[in-house]
Amino acid sequence: MSDAAPETGSRHADSAPGDARLGTEKAGEGVGSYVIGLGLATLLTIVSFFVARTTLVWEPSIPVALVVLAVAQMGVHLVFFLHITTGPDNVNNVMALAFGVLIVLLILTGSLWIMAHMNHNMMPMEQLMQMQH
Amino acid sequence: MLGKLSWSAIPFDQPIPLVTGAVVLVAIIAVLAWITLKGWMPYLWREWITSVDHKRIGIMYMLFAMVMLLRGFADAIMMRSQQAIAFHSEGYLPPEHYDQIFSAHGTIMIFFVAMPFVIGLMNFVMPLQLGIRDVAFPTLNSVSFWLTASGALLVNMSLVVGEFARTGWLPFPPLSEITYSPGVGVDYYLWSLQISGVGTLLTGVNFVTTVLKLQAPGMTYMRMPVFCWTALASSLLIVAAFPVLTATLAMLLLDRYLDFHFFTNEAGGNMMMFMNLIWIWGHPEVYILILPAFGVFSEVVATFSRKPLFGYRSMVLATMAICVLSFMVWLHHFFTMGAGADVNAVFGIASMIIAVPTGVKVFNWLFTMYGGRLVYASPLLWAIGFMITFVIGGMTGVLLAVPPADFVLHNSLFLVAHFHNVIIGGVVFGAFAGYSYWFPKAFGFRLHEGLGKAAFWCWFIGFYVAFVPLYVVGLMGMTRRMQHYDVAEWHPWLLVAAGGAVIILAGIILQIAQLAVSIRDRERLRDDTGDPWDGRSLEWSTQSPPPAFNFAVLPRVEGNDAYWIMKQRARRLGGLSDEPVYSDVEMPRNSATGFVCAFFATFMGFALIWHIWWIVAVAAVGAYATFVVFAWRDRTEYVIPADEVARIDRVNRNVRARVLEQVAS
Amino acid sequence: MSAFQAAADGLPDREPAIPRASGGLVSKRVVVGYGFWIFLLSDIVMFATFFASYAVLVDNTAGGPSGRDLFNLDNVALETTCLLLSSFTCGLATIGARTYNGLWFYGAMTATFVLGAAFLLIEMHEFAHMVALGAGPSRSGFLSGFFTLVGCHGLHVTVGLLWLLTMMAQVFAKGYRPDILRRMLCFGLFWHTLDIIWVALFTVVYLMGAAR
Repeated sequence: MSDAAPETGSRHADSAPGDARLGTEKAGEGVGSYVIGLGLATLLTIVSFFVARTTLVWEPSIPVALVVLAVAQMGVHLVFFLHITTGPDNVNNVMALAFGVLIVLLILTGSLWIMAHMNHNMMPMEQLMQMQH
Repeated sequence: MLGKLSWSAIPFDQPIPLVTGAVVLVAIIAVLAWITLKGWMPYLWREWITSVDHKRIGIMYMLFAMVMLLRGFADAIMMRSQQAIAFHSEGYLPPEHYDQIFSAHGTIMIFFVAMPFVIGLMNFVMPLQLGIRDVAFPTLNSVSFWLTASGALLVNMSLVVGEFARTGWLPFPPLSEITYSPGVGVDYYLWSLQISGVGTLLTGVNFVTTVLKLQAPGMTYMRMPVFCWTALASSLLIVAAFPVLTATLAMLLLDRYLDFHFFTNEAGGNMMMFMNLIWIWGHPEVYILILPAFGVFSEVVATFSRKPLFGYRSMVLATMAICVLSFMVWLHHFFTMGAGADVNAVFGIASMIIAVPTGVKVFNWLFTMYGGRLVYASPLLWAIGFMITFVIGGMTGVLLAVPPADFVLHNSLFLVAHFHNVIIGGVVFGAFAGYSYWFPKAFGFRLHEGLGKAAFWCWFIGFYVAFVPLYVVGLMGMTRRMQHYDVAEWHPWLLVAAGGAVIILAGIILQIAQLAVSIRDRERLRDDTGDPWDGRSLEWSTQSPPPAFNFAVLPRVEGNDAYWIMKQRARRLGGLSDEPVYSDVEMPRNSATGFVCAFFATFMGFALIWHIWWIVAVAAVGAYATFVVFAWRDRTEYVIPADEVARIDRVNRNVRARVLEQVAS
Repeated sequence: MSAFQAAADGLPDREPAIPRASGGLVSKRVVVGYGFWIFLLSDIVMFATFFASYAVLVDNTAGGPSGRDLFNLDNVALETTCLLLSSFTCGLATIGARTYNGLWFYGAMTATFVLGAAFLLIEMHEFAHMVALGAGPSRSGFLSGFFTLVGCHGLHVTVGLLWLLTMMAQVFAKGYRPDILRRMLCFGLFWHTLDIIWVALFTVVYLMGAAR
């Protein structure tokens, strides 16, 4: 197998997902990313658990807050553990992720919207009348 | 010891499956014996079964699809003949049997004919068009094929050991739940599709990676042939949709095996959710089938109009638009289930919008043909037949997309006619176009043209004779899947439809004859040039059949229709470009992983169906062990020395040079 | 295998290109990593389907217990800690593999295994407890959805642990060969993604469920 490095200037100067763009091979320095990620994720987790059980937050907003915190933590994982960045070497990885997220959103929102309507329309008449009052 | 399996699983009391099964079994044994006695087994094992070459795998996929077409079509003939005679009569197929037949017909045609054919075409052609040596993961490619074959084997076994599902090609609950389908039929369906579904998903991953990460030097995205774009879009849909199928069928399996309550009548199950989830997969599935067919037509129309494809950019945009939109229309398969007017309206409009990019494509093909110097070879006939037929089918689809209309026509024969219109007119015609177009590349000789044209006309006419009557009886109110009926107005139409099926049968027989005659006359039909159609894309620059490494040196791509550019330059300069510098080529080694894995998967599936738990465990361990053994390989590649590469390439170059002289003179 | 031997095979990031497939433009590592990334996205779609199912069925308790009655958030906090830490140690193991550092690699992999196994043990204990209470998956649609969604994740973790052991065995037997390092890359992607899915799981299922 040839030892030629990938040609520079080709559009394939891509990084594999999960690979940090290099700078270093020393064990100590790559750790920084993971430490920051661990710290942020821990913080977000603690806040999530707190928000879920507390009375300090306006109750109807709790699900929204939890979702926001969860999305933030997923972002922390993606950036600090999986090294998914917005650099040009990561475009394909980000596009693939965006496609996946789109599909997930379509499945989740589509299903919930459709099934909610269907369940509502399947409700027995008496229950429906009760709800009207 | 053997779970639910016993001698009563074999249908001794039903002559049709029994005799069919016996005949097929004898035929299989005879073929295997003939191959063994001729001493072809080592060759088959080494060159085909353990091959990880995309060309070989592609050919196996297509051969497999064509064989399964015979099985699926046999089911169709039975259905048409039953409906032709079952007026005020029980016909010759009792309901339990008829139900299995229409279920098997749909399952086999979608999963084991259309999918493998389309995947086979993409497998064979795409790496050649991209100017590369193979797909991203060759061994995974082999695994995918053999897992698909394993699924088909299980479905076919259900004919003689046990029974098949009676729920239709999509097993809607509560009928498919254990309470109402206590037999093994639905389990056969479920496990077969779970196994082959894994294979298909891996193909999707493989192809997406190939198109996005592996190209010849200079092959930017906007220089890829449209077929590669459609392969990308189709593969993205596979990656996005098949997990939904896996999850949904898994939920049904959990209901049936472990008394879960996803879709049951009682204890909080929600049957409507199955329809929702299965069609989230089901709609993208049909776009997975049609997009590669669109790609085939783009190639065929451009080549046989002897013009570049009109509107390349809009073709690419339309393809990717269809890819995304196909995930936003799924509710149109169950307008009548009760989501209400608001929801129905949104999805109805979306379903109409998705017709627009397809229209863009049709116009682009027409504009390509306009002003071209048409060559009416059979691939172009299939393309023209497609354009007429698919547009009609598409229009009936847009009609069905109007919810009020769908309330009248849902699950009628109008619907059945619509989807056969688009699948036969689109996918099947596309498959046959691709088959006749690329056959010379795969085998080095053409198919007999006369028989090919005759086959086309039989299919084309036969299709209309078989399915236009179904539109009519659908509008008259006939529901699908009827085992018998007593409405006199329907009867003459169903007789005509049966006649249409016979015409299509003639077409299939002509295609079999075509293949046999072409093989017999292959010397006369031989194509040495590697470029029988004066093609435009890179696959035509290789020999027929291409060598294992495809290209001696990866081509430098300078624009769209890369090979056409190369040819034009050669004609201008009066000669080929200089001989390249040859170097050693590394190719992936063959591997039995795919075959062995599928072997264990088949046993695991069969054992799961019949509740033979110890075999399940053994097979699961075997499958895992296969992976580990594969992962432990030290030598994964073999080298083709530069001299050998040079020798093979020089043959190609000589042929091209001779053709160039003939063209110049 | 010494670090020097492994280094001679080519550092993973400047890994030899694939002449056979693309004329020296793309490294195998990128191709394999990307392919596995696409596969992971398909896995995420599968989880989304189970999530959708769960969300639709969450109120279908059929007169039986709901999440509020059953979920023990202390256990969930413990599970989350284990999995998050294991993601961290997996990252350390990745660094260890790339720098051919045996201590880092084997140490971090072992820690990852222990934490992952702890996660599984807590989860299985929780499941057993629920079944013993008569709140098994056959009790109601809600519980079917719960057990399947959380169980699917647990199955993935189990497969991950099996894979982890196989990776350690491979490195032990064959050293830091490029193809083994590519598999480590895939394993890292897999393990981190499982933690991402767990974030969604504990938020939607447990935290929101306990409030219902």
